[in-house]
Amino acid sequence: MIDSLDPPNLDQGGAPTTPPLAVEARGIVKEFPGVLANDRVDFGLRRGEVHALLGENGAGKSTLMNILDGLYRPDAGELWVEGVPVSFGSPRDAIAAGLGMVHQHFTLVPSQTVTENILLGLDRPRFLLRERRSEAEVAALAERFGMRVDPRAPVWQLSVGEQQRVEILKMLYRGARILIMDEPTAVLAPQEADDLFATLRSMTAEGRSVVFISHKLGEVLAIADRVTVMRRGKVTAAGLPTAGATKADLARLMVGRSVLESLDRPPSSPGEVVLSVRGVSTTNDRGLAALRDVSLDVRAGEIVGIAAVAGNGQSELAEVVTGLRPCTGEILVGGEPVANRSAATVIRKGVAHVPEDRTSVGSSPNLSLTDNLIMKRYRNAPVARGWLLDDASARALADGLRERYRIVAPTVDTEVRLLSGGNLQRAILAREIETKPGLLIAVQPTRGLDVGAIESVHRLLIDMRTNGTAILLISEELDEILALADRVEVMYEGRFVGSFPASEAEIGRMGLLMTGGTETDDTASPEASAATAGRLEP
Amino acid sequence: MTIRLEPRLTTPAWLSPALTLGAITVALVISGAIIALVGGDPVASYVHILQASFGSVGVLSDTLVKATPLILTGLACALAFRMRLWNIGAEGQFLLGAWGASAVVLFPLVPAGTPGFILIPLMMVAGMVAGGAWGLIPGVLRARLGVNEIITTLMLNYIALFWIQFWVFGSWSEGGFQQSKAFPTQAWLPRLSDFADAVPAFRGLPVHLGLIFGLIAAALLWLFLERSRFGYEIRLIGDSPRAARYAGIDIRRRLIVVFAISGALAGLAGMSEVNGSVHRLQDHISPGYGFTAIIVAYLAKFRPGRVVFAAILFGALILAGREIQPSGVPAMIQGIILFTLIVTDVLVRYRIRITRGRPAAAPAAPAAPAAPATPAAPAAGAGG
Repeated sequence: MIDSLDPPNLDQGGAPTTPPLAVEARGIVKEFPGVLANDRVDFGLRRGEVHALLGENGAGKSTLMNILDGLYRPDAGELWVEGVPVSFGSPRDAIAAGLGMVHQHFTLVPSQTVTENILLGLDRPRFLLRERRSEAEVAALAERFGMRVDPRAPVWQLSVGEQQRVEILKMLYRGARILIMDEPTAVLAPQEADDLFATLRSMTAEGRSVVFISHKLGEVLAIADRVTVMRRGKVTAAGLPTAGATKADLARLMVGRSVLESLDRPPSSPGEVVLSVRGVSTTNDRGLAALRDVSLDVRAGEIVGIAAVAGNGQSELAEVVTGLRPCTGEILVGGEPVANRSAATVIRKGVAHVPEDRTSVGSSPNLSLTDNLIMKRYRNAPVARGWLLDDASARALADGLRERYRIVAPTVDTEVRLLSGGNLQRAILAREIETKPGLLIAVQPTRGLDVGAIESVHRLLIDMRTNGTAILLISEELDEILALADRVEVMYEGRFVGSFPASEAEIGRMGLLMTGGTETDDTASPEASAATAGRLEP
Repeated sequence: MTIRLEPRLTTPAWLSPALTLGAITVALVISGAIIALVGGDPVASYVHILQASFGSVGVLSDTLVKATPLILTGLACALAFRMRLWNIGAEGQFLLGAWGASAVVLFPLVPAGTPGFILIPLMMVAGMVAGGAWGLIPGVLRARLGVNEIITTLMLNYIALFWIQFWVFGSWSEGGFQQSKAFPTQAWLPRLSDFADAVPAFRGLPVHLGLIFGLIAAALLWLFLERSRFGYEIRLIGDSPRAARYAGIDIRRRLIVVFAISGALAGLAGMSEVNGSVHRLQDHISPGYGFTAIIVAYLAKFRPGRVVFAAILFGALILAGREIQPSGVPAMIQGIILFTLIVTDVLVRYRIRITRGRPAAAPAAPAAPAAPATPAAPAAGAGG
């Protein structure tokens, strides 16, 4: 650990290289309960470059950047900003050192104007707002970096892209010379992304530096000068120039070679089609296209895995199938149409759903374990007795499930918010499996679980498949998909871009397709790949 | 020294009732201090309040009369609050219920001389329908258009107030006074004093059948909320609307039904008040029962059984308002109780942790202030 802001001349021992890097991090370690989010991470940002930080969800990118931004304190490691060792206690310290972060989720006051939002939290002007003057300053700053935004517009009237510009302006107005952008394009339409790239270039042209967090390869190659790749808390490539890199190289570095767990998996014998999705399109919560004319079949006794990076339409696919999101197109379950029917209808058709968000969708945190376990069954006997609920049989059911699925909870009256993630997930799986579904939609069924829990979940899914359930498995863990799926469909930006039988699925190709590459990107010459590989470990 | 709130991992069963009692105690101490500050004697005031509300069978009976509309309106609020529907329009629904019941005999909708066993049920239904309809308005607006129910229910209270005035100043006015003519006696709800011939001890006791309505409603609501499928759905929606949607529950339909039942309960309170106590429709039939009901529901933690007891406590405070002049004191106590209750609500979920000295910070780091309480979301932070 370092003490911050020692005079630089007293501390030349560990001083970084000359000319100093804009930001240098050495040996950063950050551990959260059960997760080593950053494992001795080194990172160097040069002045005037766009440096991409690439990695899957959970690779530790955001943790590293939150440490740079002063939101977290590292357990070990050192930080320098422009050659000066620093230790940030809060984002306020970081911005004082010229380092500002634009988060994925904006922090703007909708009813206030652009200028008011930018001034919010600043010490100046001291007392009286001189709005005209501040507006002129904001307008000039926006003009300088080619950002179109009206300083007097109230924020609620702005598009998402414009709101992001306000966030960037907020940082620039505070004197940020180093800008960290956390997945900035995730919320943007393509044209807005192009505008953002132009802005970032005009900033680096002035000698400012940008860290660009992303998991889209095309984008990284388009905007970044260099790229650092992280995987499972470690850096797998540090400061690789993008000039010589191919998407295939990056995809391999990002996804990694997997060590497949050996699961006893009897061969599948798919039966008739249970779920049939025909030409379905829908939008996400922000009104952008999330599914674009997708079609898919899942047969009885088959696990179809959807491989996709977060935000490419797979969550919306699960929602339209389970009746939680309206769509266009046709969805058949057991031959009967369910598109745009109520969630209750879909449940009655024998569709079980393990949702992505287990704490606020899959369970009701302040209700008891019993209440949570009867969620899909309270309409039917024996739990329902006419319009009443049979308390005794509900508890008996809950007790049985608790025993059989080894849900660790003091009693069935325990509120489920007190359960650990693994136990909560087991409870949800128990509830869904016990409805004896014909179709199971499982979204991220093992996210955040430890190895043992993951294995037990995987066994449950395999057993269901063997018993003839059709399973749609949506996961960002390629290892999981490869271990379980009989067929893999790769999704990118709301479309299916590749389909593999389990035997032919290969992690490198999948990773490439998931991140917007095409099959042809993989045909880089062996020499080029070797040359790139040589540069991976400096 | 820093003071932080930390989420509780477990909540002992005794904590919630203990905090409620604590909140009431603190409220009484604060109120006592204020009474002392303005030159009163807090102990004497409290003794006086106790005597005026519970001191004899007679005043206890008066307390129960005041508690009756509070039980029913309190149940109305408790039901809606269970679903996190902030119906603060029980006052308006109460008034509409009173109006609906009155309409049966004042329009009149039935011939004069209709016997009580027909008239009273008819007036009950009319009161509940009118109150329920008044509750439906914000319910439908919220369900269909997403209009905030706090605003609409609050505003509808004023409309209801002027609606009553329109009738009692206008076509129902008795000789130009702001009140209707008295209801025929067969419309009056039976009182204990009506049976004084048989049981002399009942002489002069004004407790009426409305109290029984309240107790039955509390029992039914308990069954409905704690033991029925619908009650389960309401609990689920109240705790996590997204989970309820996922479980296949049509939230909008439930919302409309709950608002209608809530309004009907408050409407029944209005009917019970005009038929059991006032015996006519007039301006100012409610000293704010519908608003006090919010506090009653809160104090009862939205449980029907506890609503009865909380309502009796507040009935006593209303009664004491007549005794302690100027009457601001009981209203102040009510307000302070609500305030302390809402504050202690936090303590059910969180514990207070006081750390002496600054948390470990880099000792020679003037520019790096002590680490603030980092958002306690390590799992979320572990994302890439």
